[in-house]
Amino acid sequence: MSDTKPTPNRTRYLIPLFVFLIMAGFLLKGLFMDPRHIPSVLINKPAPEFNLPTLYNPEKLISKADMKGKVWMLNVWASWCVACRAEHQVLNTIADMGIVDIVGLDYKDEPADGKRWLQQLGNPYKEVLVDKSGRTGIDLGVYGVPESFLIDGEGVIRHKFTGPLYYPDIKDVLIPKLNEIKGMAK
Amino acid sequence: MKTFKTVVFIGLFLISGFAGATALSSYTFKDKAEEQEFRELTAKIRCLVCQNQSLADSDAELANDLRREVYTLWNEQKSEDEIVDFLVSRYGDFVLYDPPFKPSTYILWFGPFILLVIGAYVLSRALKTKAEDEEAELTEEEQQRLKSLLDDNNDNQEPTR
Repeated sequence: MSDTKPTPNRTRYLIPLFVFLIMAGFLLKGLFMDPRHIPSVLINKPAPEFNLPTLYNPEKLISKADMKGKVWMLNVWASWCVACRAEHQVLNTIADMGIVDIVGLDYKDEPADGKRWLQQLGNPYKEVLVDKSGRTGIDLGVYGVPESFLIDGEGVIRHKFTGPLYYPDIKDVLIPKLNEIKGMAK
Repeated sequence: MKTFKTVVFIGLFLISGFAGATALSSYTFKDKAEEQEFRELTAKIRCLVCQNQSLADSDAELANDLRREVYTLWNEQKSEDEIVDFLVSRYGDFVLYDPPFKPSTYILWFGPFILLVIGAYVLSRALKTKAEDEEAELTEEEQQRLKSLLDDNNDNQEPTR
């Protein structure tokens, strides 16, 4: 019997194996995906309007319109955020390199704590905005600090870093993205 | 020991119910129906920090803020769709437990039915081939072989009796 139709039989037994391999492939990929990383819907959309006091001078308000005309990075951080501490040295390095202006958004924080933090760890920010209520954070879709947004001269969000920036991100993501944004503007 | 466990279990059960109640207790509602409506709305929205909890249940800082936001919009007489749009435009479809029906989610909605159809086809084919196998009659040669095998078997068994 087996020599009359050997081929269909043999392949048929391999079908479950293939189904299993496909499922295993998906599950394996799932292992390396971060469920906390949710793609932002704000990419290539105008950044939300804001008008916030600055950390060192609460009288001085900075709005989105004030940032028009240059590429900048909005870094959402807080003194209570542990991952921000690790990220802070990377931000200092970016500031030293002078490749992009970083504006801090002190998110749901006490201004005094924010100031102490910058005194201890250095201040990589051009300006530090204070979002005490977290309302601007909601408009930005912030769900876990730190988060960083690259915003172009037109006020459009071009990239979002969810979670802390690491040193390799400067070369691998930040610089290529900045070049891309500058290329688009031309 | 058993009673102790039961007491602990009941205690935890009561606490878990209480935790859900506290999340909304800081808001005032006209009546029970409105509170229920608000609870149902926030239960549809995922807390992004603690992803397996809804906005109605979570005590996370962000969930608190979003609940306050929803409550404000709610009091401004915004419709449920407007409130959901507000959240989706900031956090994406992921905030909804029910994924919306659109091209990027077609596989999610149609996938199970496609698998069902494939399964039904495979099953019907398997049953058909099985039925055909059973119907197949033995050839002359096979009949003979079968007969001789059965005879052999009988022969072998006889001495043991």
